[in-house]
Amino acid sequence: MAWKDVCPVALLTPNRGVAALFGEQQVAIFYVDPDDEVVAIDNIDPFSGAAVLSRGIVGSVGDALTVASPVFKQRFDLRTGVCVDEPDVRIATFPARVHEGRVQVDV
Amino acid sequence: MATLVIAGHGMVGHKLVEELLDRGAPGEWEIVVFCEERRMAYDRVHLSSFFEGVSADELSLVDPALLEVPGVRVHVGDPAIRIDREAHTVTSAMGRTVRYDALVLATGSTPFVPPIPGNDAEGCFVYRTIDDLEAIADFAVGCRSGAVVGGGLLGLEAANALRSLGLETHVVEFAPRLMPMQVDDGGGTVLRRRIEDLGVHVHTGCQTTEVARGDRGQVTGMCFAEGDPLEVDLVVFSAGIRPRDDLARGCDLAVGERGGVLVDERCRTSDPDIYAIGECAVAAGRTWGLVAPGYQMARLVADQLIGAVDTTFTGADMSTKLKLLGIDVASFGTLEGGEEVTYVDPIGDVYRKLVVDREGPRLLGGILVGDAAGYDALLSMARGDLPTPADVAALAAPSSAPVAVGADQLGDSALICSCNSVTKGEICAAVCDGTTTKAGSTCGGCKQLVATITKAQLRALGKVVSDAICEHFDFTRQQLFDLVRFERIESFAELLALHGKGRGCEVCKPAVASMLATLTNRYILDGEDASLQDTNDHFLANLQKDGTYSVVPRVPGGEITPAQLIAIGEVAGEFGLYTKITGGQRIDLFGARVEQLPLIWERLIAAGMESGHAYGKALRTVKSCVGLTWCRYGVQDSTTMAITLEERYRGLRSPHKLKMAVSGCTRECAEAQGKDVGVIATEKGWNLFVAGNGGMRPRHATLLASDLDDETLIRAIDRFLMFYVRTADRLERTSVWFEKLEGGIDYLREVVFEDSLGIGADLDEAMERHVATYECEWKATLESPERLARFRSFVNSDDPDPTVVFVKERGQIRPARADEKAAIR
Repeated sequence: MAWKDVCPVALLTPNRGVAALFGEQQVAIFYVDPDDEVVAIDNIDPFSGAAVLSRGIVGSVGDALTVASPVFKQRFDLRTGVCVDEPDVRIATFPARVHEGRVQVDV
Repeated sequence: MATLVIAGHGMVGHKLVEELLDRGAPGEWEIVVFCEERRMAYDRVHLSSFFEGVSADELSLVDPALLEVPGVRVHVGDPAIRIDREAHTVTSAMGRTVRYDALVLATGSTPFVPPIPGNDAEGCFVYRTIDDLEAIADFAVGCRSGAVVGGGLLGLEAANALRSLGLETHVVEFAPRLMPMQVDDGGGTVLRRRIEDLGVHVHTGCQTTEVARGDRGQVTGMCFAEGDPLEVDLVVFSAGIRPRDDLARGCDLAVGERGGVLVDERCRTSDPDIYAIGECAVAAGRTWGLVAPGYQMARLVADQLIGAVDTTFTGADMSTKLKLLGIDVASFGTLEGGEEVTYVDPIGDVYRKLVVDREGPRLLGGILVGDAAGYDALLSMARGDLPTPADVAALAAPSSAPVAVGADQLGDSALICSCNSVTKGEICAAVCDGTTTKAGSTCGGCKQLVATITKAQLRALGKVVSDAICEHFDFTRQQLFDLVRFERIESFAELLALHGKGRGCEVCKPAVASMLATLTNRYILDGEDASLQDTNDHFLANLQKDGTYSVVPRVPGGEITPAQLIAIGEVAGEFGLYTKITGGQRIDLFGARVEQLPLIWERLIAAGMESGHAYGKALRTVKSCVGLTWCRYGVQDSTTMAITLEERYRGLRSPHKLKMAVSGCTRECAEAQGKDVGVIATEKGWNLFVAGNGGMRPRHATLLASDLDDETLIRAIDRFLMFYVRTADRLERTSVWFEKLEGGIDYLREVVFEDSLGIGADLDEAMERHVATYECEWKATLESPERLARFRSFVNSDDPDPTVVFVKERGQIRPARADEKAAIR
């Protein structure tokens, strides 16, 4: 594991995402409430090609924790990266954690 | 193959074509239809809805695919004009001659125009076709008043049309009461009072002797056998109809004493190869002016043509329930041969008469004016489908009328839709098979009952009928709104804990955020609210396909100073934004990255501009023309009114976006009739239109009220908007909401102007609160470092988003296509 530092966790709005840049890689990071958990996925929406998944609305489909792309509204499972609406489509997920008050991801 | 010629493509002629297609007739018959009008069959029963914004296309009954069906030809705009019985041919106006094996006359009827001097003056019309209605609407522009000759069913529809065109309206009836064919004196009196309450002038027992003309030959008034003449600019004749039997007379078929083609109980004329159906036929000794008997005849002839069931026409149920000028009028069963029980409410203007056979007792029929409560159940009793209770007399009062027919009370054979002859059993079977019936599709009188039966059957099948907003709440948007309001719920988390399940989603979260915004008018991005908003509301800008945003400053009424124009131009130039003029008289600036948004707004606000809410489900813009200030034709100051309205309703969160417009005269340059709220100036004030729409599903707005002063106009819009905000579904524009509104425009008028729901003060107060607490969201954002914190592309870097790439086109930027991006890399 090579944890990379992102920002203080206090900067994240509960159930809302932020984007982080690591070289060419854009990561969407969400702080999930009330679970007190951070999750990270690829920020690029595969349907539109735009780097916007961090700006989607967090919610649930059945038991799955999801984010809906703000462009065309497809929903992605935040833990597996699978698109709930088109399960053939899957985006990358990244390990994420809060360590000593700071968000870290393994990209 | 044999040839069938149908002369006439009205509702009944078309029904025959449909019935033949259903029976697989094109294998046996080649069908040739002559259609006189330039439009194929359309719904004449709802003709008047044309004035409420329903288009000719929407009224059409014909699936365009009909023209592609092999073996069916429709000659549009080409009436049959001659029959040669010996040669078995029909000749049309355009000179087509077709040999027939069977011929069906479905030529309908023609409006009767009394033979009085001036009946063909410029400004005289009849009320029968869409062309007639278009001509009336065109001519009415610039007219002040109009009269309808004839106070029957169609006459009152025509009167409603004149009223909705903003004319002072008169109804002139020869008989001593309105609707003399359908109601008795008592019902006529109630009807008259109700219609007069609407501002329509009623003249009964009045014989029109002449239409007065001016020096150009145009209508100037009407003269009567007795009494003073009347000044009017437009006259509509609706004094009954006459069967069109000229084709039959031309080839010596037998006709009735008072006109109409004589037919036997199988609808055959005196020539066994020729049938007549619908309003042109005299069947069972009379003509039939309703669509249901016409459809019955069409089905009967279709059966015979394919050699099937041997049915006959011996008469038809003439029961009807309709809303005339918003007033319930129903007549059902037979009105003779029994005891009469009458209920009269002279205060509420309700008249109900039931005719009962003492034996049994059994309900035979009745007349209901002003309140048709219990019509479905009463009709079922008169038909024998439901037992008549012993205390039938009590049913005359609306308060003790049978509430509604329970679906399980009716047998499978009970006739539900008389227009299309559909029984309860057939509706239930269709629900089971997942197919549909035509029940309720013609006059619509049975719709409520059809819905009840359908829901009961769905429930019986174990299928839940759900209008729930999403999987997290078992409620509609309206129910959620009420829960939030009545329980004073302050947050999404609270609502979810009390009434929902799961985490919420992209459907319910923004919907609830919008309700909280409407009810509290608080800043939409503080605390938990920030997590509920769509990205547009979250960044107070409009997301574009490449992840950048567009910015639209408010330009109230489309009025903008040169200095503001320059400021917008400078901002666009400095930030390299693409600029485009919007349809709502504003300027849209594209290609801004999130971190640029606060910088752009700082500049715009310094130049005196504010948020245009182009990103929100909220008021967008109030478009206007220059009105009387500059325009030679303007009659009111439309620009000032537009600015007033825009500044009043800016920022109001609603189920969907809201667009408005104000035109300074009837030329309507602001296109107000395509807006959610449209205001058009008149000499006396403002006409208020509502529920119009452009876009994907255009809808012509409906007139809510005429000649309002400024204050009344604004109060009416306040209530209309708040009522819509409280009762519409999520993402439901006013046009769709209005079309689903039971009771339609009359109901809405009652809510807005008569406060029929008793919520007027509440709606007014809610709007006052909105107006008093409005603030520009961008100004509020710039004032707070905390609120500004979210405007970053990356939380760990100040670099711009590397996926955003522009190329130049026509001197401005546009997002690069994938191939262009690849080339740049």
